[in-house]
Amino acid sequence: MDHAADQQHPIGVYLKIWALLFVLSAASYAVDYFHFEGYLRWSLILIFMLLKAGLIVAVFMHMMWEPIALIYTIMIPPLLLVVFIGIGALEADYTFFLRSIFFAP
Amino acid sequence: MTQAHSHSHPALPVHPTDPKGFVADWSSDQIAFKKVPWGKVMMWIFLVSDTFIFGVFLISYMTARMSSVVPWPNPSEVFALEIAGSHVPLVLIAIMTFILITSSGTMAMAVNFGYRKNRKVTFILLAITALLGASFVGMQVFEWSKLILEEGVRPWSNPMGAHQFGAAFFMITGFHGTHVTIGVIFLVIVAVKVYRGDLDHERPGFLTGRRGNYEVVEIMGLYWHFVDLVWVFIFAFFYLW
Repeated sequence: MDHAADQQHPIGVYLKIWALLFVLSAASYAVDYFHFEGYLRWSLILIFMLLKAGLIVAVFMHMMWEPIALIYTIMIPPLLLVVFIGIGALEADYTFFLRSIFFAP
Repeated sequence: MTQAHSHSHPALPVHPTDPKGFVADWSSDQIAFKKVPWGKVMMWIFLVSDTFIFGVFLISYMTARMSSVVPWPNPSEVFALEIAGSHVPLVLIAIMTFILITSSGTMAMAVNFGYRKNRKVTFILLAITALLGASFVGMQVFEWSKLILEEGVRPWSNPMGAHQFGAAFFMITGFHGTHVTIGVIFLVIVAVKVYRGDLDHERPGFLTGRRGNYEVVEIMGLYWHFVDLVWVFIFAFFYLW
């Protein structure tokens, strides 16, 4: 089996990413601890979340070393979720609007 | 032309409408990802489907929260704990986050030492990963029982605000906790295989009859990292937002 050699990387890479993930988690906890509010809070949460997710997928799950065909096959379909998020947000807005008119306490 | 055709399809013995024809067509030596082991591709495809499941859960949570005219309970307060007399927001969730990230680190190292054929270190790292995973589940049990018994949170109501909070919370963290639990079981199985040396000799091993080599550890790792990955999103959207 020659694939074994394909995913053989220096331990140092994992340790560095591990440390980075710790720092990023601490940073996202700090967002809550120091009571950041509004757009600052939401953008910081999203940035730290995406950085952590990217590092886990790219390095820990070895995606950056996989063939490009596999990367596209796996990474593109979940982008559909962006469409679902848009549809959900539109629907939620509309429901909120109706509830505010007819049912608000 | 006909010769080339018959060359690329060496004697399909069955009629196209026969169920055997289905198998013959789909198994006719077509390899899409030339250098990637099939088990890894299958695990990735499973993880894509799981991404959709968790994606849909989080989107329905977003829809419920955005459309609620009653204020959403503040997770920072709901999940706060009194430690040594001081009020610390979200502390248990933060500890759970660090535990899961640590376990992802030990898992990544286990994969690495597996490919180095270092049986002992791989086993130890897998065992540590399983222990960390089990402690995560334990903390979740503590979190759930505190919420259910002390705070009176139910899937249909809670004293803090919008009633959909409980439904979203139990559904999302419950499904994630189930994934962690299955992952711990999966880790124990792989750890035993490693310990017994089944992977070195490609023997059909413990509990599953499949002959595996150290790719099994990497495939296990994909699942475990995915569980950590999902937690990253739950932590951001459910606990911090």
